[in-house]
Amino acid sequence: MSEIKNTSLKTPPTIPQRWRIYGYRLFGDIGGLGFILRLIVLLVFAIYFVVPIFWLALAPSKDQFAITTLNPLAFGSWETVLKSWQNINAYQHGAIWLWFTNSIVYVVSSLLIGLAISIPAGYALAIARFPGRKLLLWLTLITMLLPPSAMVLPLFMELNLVHLVNTAWAVILPASFFPFGVYLTYVYYSTTLPSDLLEAARVDGCSEWEFFRHIALPLAKPVIGLLAFISFNANWNNFFGPYVMLNNDKLFNLPVGLQTMIASTSAIKPGFNTTPGLLKFQQADVALAALIMIVPVVIVFLFSQRYVISGALTGSVKG
Amino acid sequence: MSNLASQTPRRTSWKWRRNLSAYLFILPYFLFMLVFGIFPGLYAFLISFAKFVGGVPRYFAAGFSNYVTAFTDFRFGFTMGNILKFLVISVPLGIALVVLLALLLHMRPGRLSSTLRTLYFIPAAITGPALMLLAIFMFTPQMSPFGPTLRGIGYDNFDSVISPATLPLIFTIIGFFAGAGMWIAIQYGALEGISHEVTEAATIDGCSAWQKTLHIKLPLIRPYINYQLILILAGNVQLFVEPQLLGTTWVNANVPAQWSPNQLAYNFAFGLGNFGAASALSLLMLAIGLGAAYVVIRWTGFFDIKS
Repeated sequence: MSEIKNTSLKTPPTIPQRWRIYGYRLFGDIGGLGFILRLIVLLVFAIYFVVPIFWLALAPSKDQFAITTLNPLAFGSWETVLKSWQNINAYQHGAIWLWFTNSIVYVVSSLLIGLAISIPAGYALAIARFPGRKLLLWLTLITMLLPPSAMVLPLFMELNLVHLVNTAWAVILPASFFPFGVYLTYVYYSTTLPSDLLEAARVDGCSEWEFFRHIALPLAKPVIGLLAFISFNANWNNFFGPYVMLNNDKLFNLPVGLQTMIASTSAIKPGFNTTPGLLKFQQADVALAALIMIVPVVIVFLFSQRYVISGALTGSVKG
Repeated sequence: MSNLASQTPRRTSWKWRRNLSAYLFILPYFLFMLVFGIFPGLYAFLISFAKFVGGVPRYFAAGFSNYVTAFTDFRFGFTMGNILKFLVISVPLGIALVVLLALLLHMRPGRLSSTLRTLYFIPAAITGPALMLLAIFMFTPQMSPFGPTLRGIGYDNFDSVISPATLPLIFTIIGFFAGAGMWIAIQYGALEGISHEVTEAATIDGCSAWQKTLHIKLPLIRPYINYQLILILAGNVQLFVEPQLLGTTWVNANVPAQWSPNQLAYNFAFGLGNFGAASALSLLMLAIGLGAAYVVIRWTGFFDIKS
């Protein structure tokens, strides 16, 4: 860059030189071809990630005829949206809203309990060198990798022993165990918290708890935002646990409820629309139900977006 | 601990107090880990050697017979083959594409980059039944916005798209759709953490953006790539919800009821009531995940990332 500038000051730049200057201004140091290649790759993936969402948002507006005849990305009619809305609400007298409320209760409870136990643990693993620390890290990793299918039966028997099966606690408590959160907090603190800071605070007579509460915890805001989102997302979509633990449909969460709702209709079967479903459910209804399930995640995402995608791990890889 | 004796008593008690407070910070987590992680895990191990007589377990009565039952089941080879094909496609492709996209996004941080990261992330909101529902629509050429593309490569209807040969790729496409955004965010975060001094020094030395990406940024985010490798591998071995929902509930056409080993384990437990064989299979999958984790951690000194 500096070379180009120097020569351009001495004599008026030649045409190729001028193009290089323009090129640099426009594309930076990745070059014209690189700029275009990069853009193409990024946009192709944008289509892959966004178009299905866009389609899903439009699907409730199309009835069975429109969904196959209209352009996939065209809007149908508000009438169909309204009809789908009524169909969904009619299902078991608005059961979907009960499941929705259950989901919120389960998710918020396990989020709060999970963060309250995970963040102090990850913090301590990162700053203190105590006997058993490596063992705990290994156990955290192992429990992170445990297959849910292997855990479901022992968990079921365990919770059955204390008569918690088929209660909200059977969903909330196992979901509050959040080794991934401990692990990410550990990585975050062990790479971002300057040990000088801790020593200085100790010299000033700051207790361990005060240091955590007033210095470490505020520092962890980005990672807490990220973890809150991950926990919310994972538990909102938790299907396997509640599916096994609950048999009272009044306690179902939204994924399990939706699953029974979809399974009891013929909306999703090969050779669509050959037989009308039990409740005359159609693709539009099912798509609207799926949208209802997605909306809260998107709202939470928009609120925690700053933490989730703005480099929550800034400073964690030292050059 | 060995040099404790040489330290002054005051230092010892200070250290002891520090350890005590660390243990107190960890205690609640440790209790949850015992109750919801370690105990059920050990119990699964116990069950894998138990014989069930009328639903009542008799521990150690079965010896290795549950393992024999599970590993000689006629579906065992089939499901293991399926999951192997899925892993061979999904793990390298998933990691390569996530890292590629994160690096490309990071080449020119700005409005485009942050908008695209948000867009890539949004599908993370969709999993479970909603995700499979969307996938079924997307792979139905008559309805899908990708219909022309699907027809263009010779798939005219849903049953031809979802066939035994295409399933590993189908599950990869679905999994990447919902999971990539989170990993792109994590890898991008790791790239943001690289100190500016290093990249600036490279620029002064005449490195182009591409050289910087390949020779400086990529090696520096290695720990996070390893981390992703462990979690993706262990997670993908356990593939369950996608084939289960696609196969048993909604579309029976081309998806067998037990496609993945995890589904086979589920079938053993809740279909056949053979919890021992189910545990044996689950432990096999755990062993694969842990084996991979062990290799990656030993190989890279993962627990030693210290400031």
